Amino acid sequence: MTEPLLDIRNLSVSFATESGPVTAVQDVSLSVAQGEIVSVVGESGSGKSLSLLSVLGLHDPRNTTVGGTVTFRGQSLLDLPPKQMRHLRGRDIAFISQDPMTALTPVYSIGDQIAEQIRAHERITAWAAQARAVQLLADVGIFAPADTAKRYPHQLSGGMRQRAVIAMAVSCNPALLIADEPTTALDTTVQAQVLDLLRKLRTDYGSAIVLITHDMGVVAEMADKVVVMYAGRVVESGPAAEVFTNPLHPYTWGLLGSIPPLTGTRPRRLPSIPGAPPMVGRVPAGCAFAPRCPARLGVCSTEPPRIGTPGHTALCHLTDSQRATARPTTLESA
Amino acid sequence: MIATILNRLIQMAFVMFGISVLVFLIFFATPGSDPAARIAGRNAAPETVAQIRHDFGFDRPLPVQYALLMKRLFITRDLTSFVNRGQQVIPQVIDAVPATLSLVTGAAILWVLGGIGVGLAAAAMRDTWVDRSLMILALIGISMPVFWLGEVMNLLSQSRFHDTWLFSWVPGLGYVPLTEDPAGWAKALVIPWLTLAVLYIGIYARILRANVIEAYSEDFIRTARAKGLSERRVLIRHAFRTSLLPFVTMFGLDFGALVGGAALLTEVVFGINGVGRLTFQALQNLDLPVILATVMYASFFVVAANAIVDLLYAAIDPRMRT
Repeated sequence: MTEPLLDIRNLSVSFATESGPVTAVQDVSLSVAQGEIVSVVGESGSGKSLSLLSVLGLHDPRNTTVGGTVTFRGQSLLDLPPKQMRHLRGRDIAFISQDPMTALTPVYSIGDQIAEQIRAHERITAWAAQARAVQLLADVGIFAPADTAKRYPHQLSGGMRQRAVIAMAVSCNPALLIADEPTTALDTTVQAQVLDLLRKLRTDYGSAIVLITHDMGVVAEMADKVVVMYAGRVVESGPAAEVFTNPLHPYTWGLLGSIPPLTGTRPRRLPSIPGAPPMVGRVPAGCAFAPRCPARLGVCSTEPPRIGTPGHTALCHLTDSQRATARPTTLESA
Repeated sequence: MIATILNRLIQMAFVMFGISVLVFLIFFATPGSDPAARIAGRNAAPETVAQIRHDFGFDRPLPVQYALLMKRLFITRDLTSFVNRGQQVIPQVIDAVPATLSLVTGAAILWVLGGIGVGLAAAAMRDTWVDRSLMILALIGISMPVFWLGEVMNLLSQSRFHDTWLFSWVPGLGYVPLTEDPAGWAKALVIPWLTLAVLYIGIYARILRANVIEAYSEDFIRTARAKGLSERRVLIRHAFRTSLLPFVTMFGLDFGALVGGAALLTEVVFGINGVGRLTFQALQNLDLPVILATVMYASFFVVAANAIVDLLYAAIDPRMRT
């Protein structure tokens, strides 16, 4: 097996608060191979964005501590001096943020902002950088790219802005693209276009993509590998096909149940997972999902083991036979 | 752009007109008082009052009175002060303007540079001891009244340490016109500039720090970092640039007000015969024509400074361009 592009092992992130340190992300491991699309799924506040942001060093170092190991192309990222980390960001690892409305600095034109990134990493004239920005805008499917490059963010629609943000992210040909809910703030039709664009970028540029999302529909459409996060931990991870056909964790069942079926009779209402995820710092002992779990057992108040095959694991107490009986009933009751 | 400027100038003219009408009404149409008697000053002879009543057209309708007054203010410029025995008012104001402008412009340059320097340094090193000490210094600067600081500076530079190498270069109090002696002008104004600027450096640094730190929580700052830009570039090109609007707004208001006479205390402490001091003396003597002229002059600067600020907005923020 070749060495993965990005390998995160036992990542933990904790904040210093007034009432002492609070752990928001715990024991997160995931690896991304060259050209692979890995989806990190979870509800808001499950620590999915935070994990990836701290990998990039974009957390606030004054009140956040990051533990574990992160290896990118054999290089450990967490102990990298800030200056080298900076050279890596934008050039080798790019980041696409959730809300294209606020992701661009309002006072500079789109072209200037793309050129700024190119010039931060390459010795290139301002003119050439602008020309490249226009080319990139054309590549992400923007009509009249030369004209758009001269416009300011507020003059573009949400979809156009997200395209511009993506063009900026791929401007230095990154090996890895981290996309934090890139479609959440967009209309459904535009969502599909942006996802198509991301897929096209993978084939054109060969970039691996980490797609952070809470939309299982997006995962089904895009991912090679799925990592399900709940309350700051990875509760299930494995190849997308396997996670969809044979989900191990009850939380994953709930997420899959929330996809509206395209065929058959229309359900009266979509099943939802009752309750809300625990607040950071108030995660219950044992399995964090236990209070909301339809297949809860007595042992669930103790630390759950990691079960499953090497490629597809979950953090759960259920045995195979218990799972087989519990899953159909939860689907019915939902 | 030219259309915007023209538009703004026309608006400015309207505002000025409105102010002049208001000022006129307050001074000349307040019921129960005789404007002629007030213009004539205390213990005026009845003939003088009658003369003024005729000159200013107080026996004619209000619009005519207004027109006559504006004509005397702006066209013939022969408005005279009766309290000061027939001194012309407009030349008095025009003589006072260079002193005030010199004082306020110099101080403004100092406080803009100082405010940006201190504010950015504090924001870049926020929550460290550097930030805390800078903010405490800024607070001290804000808390020191300008008349007290001015007197202390005078005490140090004019008497106690005047004979030492530290302050031997400081000339006596007063204003030296720039056209007569540029070096003397600067020497005479250095200490007044610093004194006036200290308060504003404190205010502007604190405001700028707060705005920059607020900008730091914006998504686009994270984008800028994710692009691999240096911390300094993120601070100056992204956080500072987007925090400029409140800074510029405040500058417009403060600069306009100071040129319009709010630098009074500094002018009095340092013996600079500026517009503030002129207004102050006129108020003491109830010298109505001078008050009228200085109020009109002050309003002009406030309105003009705000018009310039509006134009700057468009330059700073593309969202303001329509």
